[in-house]
Amino acid sequence: MNTLEEKHKLATRWFHWINFPILSLMIFSGLLIYWSYDPYNIGIGSLTAIHMFPDWFYNVTHIDHKLAYGMALHFFIAWIFALNGIAYVVYTVVSGEWRELAPEAKSFGEALQVMKHDLGLKVPMPPQGRYNAAQRITYSAIIVMGGLSLLSGLAIYKPAQLHWLTALMGGYEWARWEHFWLTMGYVGFFAIHIAQVIRAGWANFRSMVCGYDVVEVEGSHGD
Amino acid sequence: MAINPNDPKVEIARRTRRSFMVLGGGAVAGLAGWAALNRRGAEGDIPPALRSILGFNERVVRGALYSNDHLVRTYPESAIGNIKVNADYGLDDDIEDADWRLAVTPYGSSQPSARLTMADLRALPRVEEIIDFKCVEGWSTVTKFTGARLSDFTAKFAPGSEKAECVGMKTPNEEYYVGLDMPSALHPQTLLAYEMNGKPLEPGHGAPLRLAIPVKYGIKNIKRIGSIEYTDTRPADYWAEQGYDWYAGL
Repeated sequence: MNTLEEKHKLATRWFHWINFPILSLMIFSGLLIYWSYDPYNIGIGSLTAIHMFPDWFYNVTHIDHKLAYGMALHFFIAWIFALNGIAYVVYTVVSGEWRELAPEAKSFGEALQVMKHDLGLKVPMPPQGRYNAAQRITYSAIIVMGGLSLLSGLAIYKPAQLHWLTALMGGYEWARWEHFWLTMGYVGFFAIHIAQVIRAGWANFRSMVCGYDVVEVEGSHGD
Repeated sequence: MAINPNDPKVEIARRTRRSFMVLGGGAVAGLAGWAALNRRGAEGDIPPALRSILGFNERVVRGALYSNDHLVRTYPESAIGNIKVNADYGLDDDIEDADWRLAVTPYGSSQPSARLTMADLRALPRVEEIIDFKCVEGWSTVTKFTGARLSDFTAKFAPGSEKAECVGMKTPNEEYYVGLDMPSALHPQTLLAYEMNGKPLEPGHGAPLRLAIPVKYGIKNIKRIGSIEYTDTRPADYWAEQGYDWYAGL
């Protein structure tokens, strides 16, 4: 006997699918801004492994010389990003949905088990609710990162009028550093997220769009 | 086998169809919005829709955030960095510093009321500040500026002009020009500077007189000021014409 099971609330799906193009545009316009002063590297000490970003990246993407457009776009899309994010957090808290999402004490140990399982080791998945332990940690971290992006962004945007916030973020230059690496964090998250979604298959993806999946009901006596 | 409308397989197919149609509709609406947002305006400027959003952001900031009691952070001498000459727009005239004059057009006048010398500027109270000079490109350098407060200057040489909405400044050859809102112009840390890092201004940094306005990006810190005008209409602004925010406040 099959039945429909609700996987994702309507509100959650709306917040998610609005956030996807909006965050993409924030990253795109952010790159247009970053190009005009690109001081960050991956490396150890003074040893640079990768300059963020190498010339080939700029040549391929054509993001050069668009600072004015990038700033104007960034400071518009930021409104939607912030309002959608705040609405999501308020909804998640008020509806109690946060209980399905926030990491529990056992999540940190279990997340390791989930990772081993996902990497193909013969480790069983721990029992889970809507999200597994690794998802609880990752999705919660992404929300915290979104808040930090908003705060570090405001600290860079108005360092004179919001001087207390800029100070809280460690100063103007640190705020820009944090803002950049948080963004790189989203890019890393996106890569893993897409790989996991592809691996999980169509039914899982469909549930993020229509909210439901067909599941087998055990011990049902039918109608 | 007859199709049972309550069959979960039928139900999820129906829901999937409906949801993907909504998603597709949302994508189409989003693309239409994107196209409207990017509809082009004047040559060299950003799209008009984005320009009006910059105006909205300015109203929000000026209404809810800006105050002349909000001072920018100041630094000790040891924090001073080596600020680079990033641009020389408007600096390539042949006027000797000795021949330099500052033309002042007060609020309500159409002609300059005074042509001041550096001695006039130096007679105003001398103010020193070490602030973080912030370029719109993203870099910043701690820099010491010494000069007269623009508010003191206005009270002495253009009294009553504080009532104007804006201040406009141009280089002597009028090739570089900025527009400022009056509150930012009267901010206590806004200086007409004649010294930088303890030395007289070098030509590349705007000798003999430049603006140091730390509540704005560097693009507003005009070098080699030749004229100052107080007006209600927004003065032309070099970088605003290239697509940047006219307000450009920090």
